[in-house]
Parts: sequence; structure tokens; C-alpha cells
Amino acid sequence: MKEILIRFLVGGAVVSLFAALGDLFRPKSFAGLFGAAPAVALATLSLTIADKTTSYATTESHSMIAGALAFFIYASCVSWVLMHHKLNVFLAATAAVPVWFRVALGFWRIWLN
Amino acid sequence: MRIDVDLAALGRTKWHEYAIRFVFGGSVTALAGIIAAKYGPALGGLFLACPAIFPASATLIDKHERQRKEKLGLNGTNRGRQAASADAAGSAIGSVGLFIFALVTWKLLPQHNVWMVLTLSTLFWLLTCASLWHLRKRDQMLKNRFFKVINFK
Repeated sequence: MKEILIRFLVGGAVVSLFAALGDLFRPKSFAGLFGAAPAVALATLSLTIADKTTSYATTESHSMIAGALAFFIYASCVSWVLMHHKLNVFLAATAAVPVWFRVALGFWRIWLN
Repeated sequence: MRIDVDLAALGRTKWHEYAIRFVFGGSVTALAGIIAAKYGPALGGLFLACPAIFPASATLIDKHERQRKEKLGLNGTNRGRQAASADAAGSAIGSVGLFIFALVTWKLLPQHNVWMVLTLSTLFWLLTCASLWHLRKRDQMLKNRFFKVINFK
């Protein structure tokens, strides 16, 4: 329980820092780069290495490759949908998260597993 | 294209908006840890590239852009959506950087110092993102110039 709480606090802090950095920049397409910042990865890998072995963190970063490819498809889809359809932004971005998970799992099963 | 730093933007974000992003980010980090502990690091690792705060950030951008237009007495619904769409396009470029981050970490982590690897990976992420963004903008500007010349003739 303590470990989860530490992960929550560290993850929240790192993600907030990158999000605040993203707020600072204009144009918005440049600020958007920070929406795909490795914030969760930095927090998780740092804590994993402090707690577990390097090979554990290496395996996590290997799987992250599939997650990043899925993120590209996710963000491209959301951008296209928002540009071409009059949808609520939060709804479009949230509804596409299961697509990210499916695609990430697919890449992971095909290439990395 | 010029990149501007707008420090006042930090003041425009309300404390509860910071809190939402903190909770989203913290939850995904905790979830990645729980999944890794239960199903192994191979599956948990997927969540290291999860669009954790993207829905919250895109919604804030939409809201702020809409409010800016509404202050001028205009309907900002479309403008807000377009800004969120541009943000998502930027995130798509950022995800290529995320891919490079994962690749560099995976390759270097077994042989090198952890902190050095994480610093190097973050630098690679930033360099990849900034270079791709710059190339994309330059390409768009060249296209615009080309079409201007064609129309002129």
C-alpha cells in the first residue's frame, strides 16, 4: 500500500511538472509535445530501479515501445476526429483510450511478447 | 515559426486543474505499478506510454481557448476544438520521441548507470520531438508559400 502511495505521489508530481511546462509554450502544437512526455516512465522507472532489479526496468522499457507506437495512433486519431467532427473534446480523448490499450496490446503480442 | 513562452499561462490554470492532472498522472503511475506487480513488467510497461494526462490537458486547452474567444464576445467552440486538435497533433509527434525514449532506455539500461541512461533518454525525447515539430512546421510553410506562388501566377 505504501509503495502504491509513493508511486501515486511521485507520478502525480512528475506528470504535473511536465503538464505545467506544456502550458508555458505557444503555439499549441508545440505545447502538445509535452502531452506525450515520458513523465509516467521517468517516475515508474526511477522507482522500479530503486526497488527492484535493472532487468525488471529493462523489460518495462521494452514494452513501452509498444505503448508509444499505440500513443502515436491514439493522438493522430484524436487530432483527426476533433478537426473533422464537432465532438466534445473530453469525450473524444477519453473514448479513444481503449483504442490505445487495444493497439498497444496488439503490438506487444505480435512483436514483443 | 517562433516558439513563445507565456509565463502568465501558469496563473490562468486554476488550482483544481493542477489537482486533476496530479490525480490523473499519479493514478496511471500507480496503475502501472499494480499491473506490473500482478501480471509482470512486460504488461505493466505498456502503461509507461499511456495517454495519462492527455484527456485532461486537451480539455483544459479547449476550455481556455473558448474562454479567450468568449471574452471578445465571440463563440469559441470551434476555436477550442481546433486548439485541442493541434495539441493532439503535437502529442502524436511527441509519441515518436516517446518511442525513442523507450528504445534508448531499453538498449542502454543493462550496461550503463541508471541516472545517466534516464537523462540521456529524456534528452533524446526532447531532441526528437523538437526536430520533428520544426521539420513539420517548415514543410507546412513551404507548402503555403508554393500555393501562394501558384495562385499569384
